Amino acid sequence: MIPTAFDYQRATSLDDALAKLSASNGAGKLIAGGHSLVPLMKLRLSEPTMLIDIARIPDLAGIREQDGTLEIGAGTVHHDVATSPVLRQHCPVVADTAATIGDPQVRNRGTLGGSLAHADPAADYPAVMLALDAEIHLRSSTAARVVLARDFFQNVLTVDLAPDEIITAVRFAPVRAASYAKLYQRASRFAIVGVAAALDVSDGVIRSARIGLTGAVSHAVRLTTVEAALAGCEPTSRACAEAARLAGSDLEDINGDIHASETYRRAMIPVFTRRALDGALARLTVQS
Amino acid sequence: MAASLVLPKLVGQRIKRREDPRLIQGRATYVDDIKVVGMQHLAFVRSDIAHGRILSIDTSAADAMDGVEAVFTGAQIAELLAPMPILTPFPSPDHRAVAVDIVRYVGEPVAVVVTADRYVARDAADAIVVDYEQLPAVVDPEQAMTGTPVVIHADFADNLALPFLPGGTGVAADFTVDDTVVDQAFADAEVVVSQRMVNQRLAPTPIETRGVLAHFEPGKGTMTIWSSTQNPHTLRTFIATMTGLGQDQVRAIAPEVGGAFGAKINIYPEEYVAAALSKRLGLPIKWIEDRSEAFVATTHGRDIIGYVDIAARRDGTVVGLKLRLIADIGAYNMLLTAAIPTLTMQMASATYDIPAIRATLTEVFTNKTPTAAYRGAGRPEATYFVERAMDMLARELEMDPADLRRKNFITPDQFPYTTQMGAVYDSGDYGKALDLALQNAGWADLKKQRDAARAKGRLVGLGLSMYVEVCGVGPSSSFPSGGWEYAQVTIERDGRISATTGASPHGQGNETTFAQMLADQFGVPLEHITIHHGDTGVVKQGIGTFGSRSQAVGGTALHLAGGKVKVKMAKFAAALIEAHEDDLVFEDGMISVKGSPESGKSFADVAKYAYVPVPLPKGLDPGLSEEAFFEPANNTYPFGCHISMLEIDRETGEPTLLRLVAVDDAGHLINPLIVDGQIHGGLAQGIGQAMIEEFRYSEDGQPVTGSFMDYAIPRAADFPRFELDNTVTPTPVNPLGAKGVGEAGTLGSTPCVVAAAVDALSEFGVKHIDMMLRPEKLWRIIHGGQP
Amino acid sequence: MAQVSVTVNGKTHTANVEPRLLLVHFLREQLNLTGTHIGCDTSQCGACTVLVDGRSAKSCTIFAVQADGSEITTIEGLARDGRLHPLQEGFWEEHGLQCGYCTPGMIMSAVDLLNEHPSPTEREIRDGIDGNFCRCTGYEHIVNAIQYAANKR
Repeated sequence: MIPTAFDYQRATSLDDALAKLSASNGAGKLIAGGHSLVPLMKLRLSEPTMLIDIARIPDLAGIREQDGTLEIGAGTVHHDVATSPVLRQHCPVVADTAATIGDPQVRNRGTLGGSLAHADPAADYPAVMLALDAEIHLRSSTAARVVLARDFFQNVLTVDLAPDEIITAVRFAPVRAASYAKLYQRASRFAIVGVAAALDVSDGVIRSARIGLTGAVSHAVRLTTVEAALAGCEPTSRACAEAARLAGSDLEDINGDIHASETYRRAMIPVFTRRALDGALARLTVQS
Repeated sequence: MAASLVLPKLVGQRIKRREDPRLIQGRATYVDDIKVVGMQHLAFVRSDIAHGRILSIDTSAADAMDGVEAVFTGAQIAELLAPMPILTPFPSPDHRAVAVDIVRYVGEPVAVVVTADRYVARDAADAIVVDYEQLPAVVDPEQAMTGTPVVIHADFADNLALPFLPGGTGVAADFTVDDTVVDQAFADAEVVVSQRMVNQRLAPTPIETRGVLAHFEPGKGTMTIWSSTQNPHTLRTFIATMTGLGQDQVRAIAPEVGGAFGAKINIYPEEYVAAALSKRLGLPIKWIEDRSEAFVATTHGRDIIGYVDIAARRDGTVVGLKLRLIADIGAYNMLLTAAIPTLTMQMASATYDIPAIRATLTEVFTNKTPTAAYRGAGRPEATYFVERAMDMLARELEMDPADLRRKNFITPDQFPYTTQMGAVYDSGDYGKALDLALQNAGWADLKKQRDAARAKGRLVGLGLSMYVEVCGVGPSSSFPSGGWEYAQVTIERDGRISATTGASPHGQGNETTFAQMLADQFGVPLEHITIHHGDTGVVKQGIGTFGSRSQAVGGTALHLAGGKVKVKMAKFAAALIEAHEDDLVFEDGMISVKGSPESGKSFADVAKYAYVPVPLPKGLDPGLSEEAFFEPANNTYPFGCHISMLEIDRETGEPTLLRLVAVDDAGHLINPLIVDGQIHGGLAQGIGQAMIEEFRYSEDGQPVTGSFMDYAIPRAADFPRFELDNTVTPTPVNPLGAKGVGEAGTLGSTPCVVAAAVDALSEFGVKHIDMMLRPEKLWRIIHGGQP
Repeated sequence: MAQVSVTVNGKTHTANVEPRLLLVHFLREQLNLTGTHIGCDTSQCGACTVLVDGRSAKSCTIFAVQADGSEITTIEGLARDGRLHPLQEGFWEEHGLQCGYCTPGMIMSAVDLLNEHPSPTEREIRDGIDGNFCRCTGYEHIVNAIQYAANKR
């Protein structure tokens, strides 16, 4: 398949990219790894007239630790997230999640920022960003702002990102006791249901839990009911199973397609919530 | 003095393939790798609705585009091409390569563009605007049989694709020997098991899509056509007919072909259009199929509903079988479409001595992509229906599925065995294959493992399936373009051997297996032999590669041609050595009197002499080149037994295949390494059908699995290691004793995996599950529903 | 048009291309490196896999302009001095291919896999070729081929 014709510009720096984006008057479409965009262009489901390539911008990629906070550059490819020693040590759920995306070649090219900006309803990263309560850092040619993941994902393929803005990085406090569980769609490898769970436990009590869900509704959402039910509980498998039963019960408009009906998807939310929580608990045990 | 080498016998050895060096280095030539000066690219505008009347086609924007050579609508193509030909002897509706008034499935060509640049071709095709009046579409064959909501082809009432038989309701063919016998058998039966089963539609998806390059040379008046096809000689025949050329004026070449699996037997609209436009425009024209096109424009496989009734006595003796088949053949008859489901009928007896069988077949048009052969082509469906029914019967009778099968086998002393369907099984020892599979699987122990796992709450199941296949396609009464194969063997003047074969391998490794045979036949090194194929300019005649026939039919033709030239060469050698030709042996690069190798002449010296025969032995002509046509007296019937173990996740319904034990009997094997590869590939596709593959349409005829985003094919992580073994029951049908192995893996694997899933869920009272084993379907059974 | 300069199998090529030209078409049509194949439209099948700066990538999902300045290795660049790469040898020895169409992409993925996991488990091998479809072999001989190469290195 052949995409429609477009103009192409390569940005040499973030400022350059922002200037080009701004000058394009809304015509410019950013491309980094291109692994969400290019297949759509080949099928002519997306026909941008100008691509601005941000893949070579120095410092847009990379994983950094600063004052107890982790930052992943938006240009970091999934493979580098999946294999990052820093993430593996401090926040393995992010690496685990990245390792479930697509396949090795896709992970070698696809980027965190691209995945978040595209916001496929079945993408994996959004769930874990919600569970980590991550900050999504944005820049335009005139301003910088920070949006919390829970405010970022708004609807199908719709996020809080203006046409002249670029995602520069995500930042979050690492959580070791966190895990991602995913029911794969066999053909595409996207999530039919994907749940990321992060637990904050001290003195033998779950102080707070954050659970992100992808694949089930129009965009990734937090399972606040389950989170509330877990707060104050002992970190046991039983408590988690108990709380997981509530998962998704308050969600409306569950997705249904040939791979999984609404009924089945709804039923899988508690299952994968419990599995994610069990995974988080297992890390808690290893930790202590 | 010839070198004194000792050559090992090669037939039966695991020889690595001679095809591979070019393939592993990226130096093979597939059709899209070929460029001809002046080459133009063809792109198709295809219907995006399932059924509609074409009101108008606006090509003005495309016409005006830079680089566009020509644009043709269906009506304009119809002036160049007669209706699409078919090979089956049934009435068939008018089918144009490019639709003229009405489109009948999503993907049907509507217009074409010719441009110098491939990218511009797509742009131009996209710029053509087609206006349709949408008509009702029908996608469910049982719905279509009622003639509502629409009749797709005016002359085919109730969408029935085959002619009525007296008294039948659209029943096209009926192999019943005697209805009263069947009715009596069912009346007398102590138990009857009945089930409607669906053998779902699949997309063959060879990784290389289809492609064609047609090059008509006006100065010579000849056409060369390269195509990713399984049968270049058939392509030549039809291209010649359709373009008004003689067979001598068309050269068809199957270059390296990147997989086919039955889907590249058909001669397609795109091949005719490329050829016709090359002739019309005097330009070389290439078309390469996109994957998105392939999912709708390349024939699909399977899609047969079977109503199965099996009658038995309480002791497990099967007394009768009824098989009512409804085949969804899509919108049109392609070359062999109508023939494929008849193979399902033909094989209704499976491996069993069933005294009374009634099999009927109804073929139905729907607004879907036409079906045709897909690996196994009709036989996996037969195996599936009968084996699933046997399994259900075993469950009903509380018998071990292996014991039930054994009780009903056609026994070795019954061969050749004529089934109630008229098939004459050549040879077989089904009990032996079953025993070996049970032994390799550790059946008794496996049942204990399953029960132990179940005791812990796991959903583990076992499945077993026998199969018998009809393959080695021939004689000519069994195949409409001829059931023979052709070969030529030439001893070159340097003593090397050139051989040509009408078999047209595309992954089967015949360059290796055929060379192994000739090396042994002539006692020369493998490296001295070249096998030519796939080019009608080089291989004078041929039928092609399908129906697991290359070895059994093509290999035999080669063996016979080799035998002829060997007889002649022995005469030359006899003259040179001054010995009697009957006393000569061909061994280790020498031709010598048996028992006295020092008497011999080198193979090369004898070859040289045959081309400069001074003196010319009396009664001999110069040269060493002979050809042979081989037409077998019968098909071959390989068989086997597959066993699987499968676990289902209680919470999600996701199935995991834990073990697959296969025992296959394809008669004598030329190269067991290649045979293993063939079995592996067949198993993968058979398991794929059972577990993850299903081509689906929406109710209005839109494909909903039209890309690899939605149509899954197996990946490496989907399989355990396969556990293979084989028995050897030679066929008397050909002198090699070889039966064919290309499709076998798809037959037993599918029902045995489904049987394992049913077994795993037996605690929920389920008796049958239609494929594919979609997790949701299994989850619904576990959680109290029906699938 | 845009200028692209890439080093392919050690040789630098500079060309003016349409921005929409896919890397796979650049390799196949302009450089005549036809060993890299195309098998799908949606970045699943992996037949087009090459190494871009040492990492496996699907060249049908990359515009040539994106690869400007990159080092690319295709199947044609794998054998050195007439000697097959251990993976090529493994695929031959273990009958890791039938029609051969997926093979170049499969081998290039396996190169990346063995770079990451020099002694892979069978599981790692099967997961490592998750982005490559083979319709012929059932994958088992491919797994053997990669194991052969791993043992050889």
